[in-house]
Amino acid sequence: MRIKVDPDLCEGHNRCFALAPDLFEVDDYGLSSAVNDGVVPPGREEQARLAIDNCPEFAISVVDED
Amino acid sequence: MTDSPARCPVHDWASDYDIFDPDYVRDPAPVWEELRGRCPIAHTERWGGSWLPTRYEHLQEMVKMVPALSSASPLVVPPSPEMLEILEAETEKHGETSRTPPITSDPPRHRPYRRLIMPLFSPHAVEEHIPYTRTLCNRLIDGFVAEGRADAAADYAEQITPRVIAHILGIDPARAEEFVGWVRGVLEIGLTEPEEAVRSRTAIRAFFQEMVTERRERPCGDAISMLIDSEAEGEKLTDYRILGMCSLLLIAGIDTTWSAISSSLLHFATHPADQARLRAEPDLLPTAVEELLRFYSPVTMGRIATEPVEIDGAKIGEGDRVLLNFPGANRDPEAFERADEVVLDRERNRHMAFGLGIHRCAGSNLARMEMQVALRTWFDRIGEFELEDADAVTWAGGQVRGPRRVPVRFGAA
Ligand code: HEM
Ligand code: SF4
Repeated sequence: MRIKVDPDLCEGHNRCFALAPDLFEVDDYGLSSAVNDGVVPPGREEQARLAIDNCPEFAISVVDED
Repeated sequence: MTDSPARCPVHDWASDYDIFDPDYVRDPAPVWEELRGRCPIAHTERWGGSWLPTRYEHLQEMVKMVPALSSASPLVVPPSPEMLEILEAETEKHGETSRTPPITSDPPRHRPYRRLIMPLFSPHAVEEHIPYTRTLCNRLIDGFVAEGRADAAADYAEQITPRVIAHILGIDPARAEEFVGWVRGVLEIGLTEPEEAVRSRTAIRAFFQEMVTERRERPCGDAISMLIDSEAEGEKLTDYRILGMCSLLLIAGIDTTWSAISSSLLHFATHPADQARLRAEPDLLPTAVEELLRFYSPVTMGRIATEPVEIDGAKIGEGDRVLLNFPGANRDPEAFERADEVVLDRERNRHMAFGLGIHRCAGSNLARMEMQVALRTWFDRIGEFELEDADAVTWAGGQVRGPRRVPVRFGAA
């Protein structure tokens, strides 16, 4: 699974980082990006989906299901 | 205000709502539910006139309408004539209308000021303030734990947030009581009593002017010194600008999170099953905090239409005030299952308690941290607790909604 954060939509709510600190990193301004080029390690897919479903700006999406 | 329109009862909430109606302040959800079905963007002539959206999707749309819906006047009521006079004199003197950036700024001015304060509130920066916050919460509890009773709002929540933001800004936490008085003067009492708003605003600015002057002489590496050293739009910040930003941070940091903590404790005091559950499953806390933020969302923001805007049939005219009713959107059953229930383990929760879009609450990471530390410390130290006197609970509403008196009694932890 691969995910990405759209930098134009992300407003830095940091819900993603709070839910999955291993999948996202945030900068000093609170803006988020997916680590490891968005590749979600096996077993962490559900956590990635939770982050997607809690982002109030609809900024995170799945690029590739597998 | 002698002929305050709040005196007459509301007959039709769709065309004559009253955000200061005591029943509405206590529980606005039934009104929002009625409006969502019948007239999802309501209007009133009261309190200077405004529009009140109640549906999640309308809020999503409205936050993006920048600058058609401008942040130039973000309070839920217009400034009083006395206040306007002061503001206009300041505009004349400083050539400036965005007084407390970034919250009063539209693009392109908004971003450079927002970027100056964001690093103070990043997840990593906020983590550094956990020990201070935890020690503070413990000390407050030390003060009342032996008595078996306390006011969870006045003795606890209200004592936490002014000290934490003072600690972060580099001002004296021991003056917390004064800060609370000023913030209530501006955001609570001042909304309906103009003299109070003027008095408090003047006091806050005089206080920060003193702090800024001191630090211009002796920089001390704190947040105010940081602002003094900063540049935005290619220039060093003027004192006027710094005072505006400091007042914003003080004001925005106090009764918002205080309301969120007191609502949460009131919830647990009146919902023993949820209290028992959080005690049994402490790992639920972060999820529970998001749900409490959704359900008891404290903050409503104002916007001013700079051009005519039509949304779902509501014809918002140029110059009209719009209330961004984030709390109402968070109860929309179209957006949340079981929207009118607190579901402590709600896993999918795209609430907008901190707003949406470019003005998303700059302090949201701090607010979450304070709520988590305050609730965790309370649950660790205080045994089963319940409301001592339901009639003694009082509420504030308008811009920031939350309980101000929450007397509880409790056993040993
Ligand atoms: C539970 C507590 C809080 C809630 C519910 C809350 C809510 C909000 C909301 C809804 C906005 C959006 C304003 C708009 O759209 O015009 C906002 C903005 C803001 N909040 Fe908070 N807030 C909270 C705590 C805090 C704290 C602790 C601080 C720290 C100082 C803070 C600082 C700010 C600032 C500076 C802005 C302006 C951001 C901008 O305009 O870019 N807030 N807040
Ligand atoms: S939750 Fe969404 S908006 Fe917030 S930091 Fe993550 S991606 Fe950005």
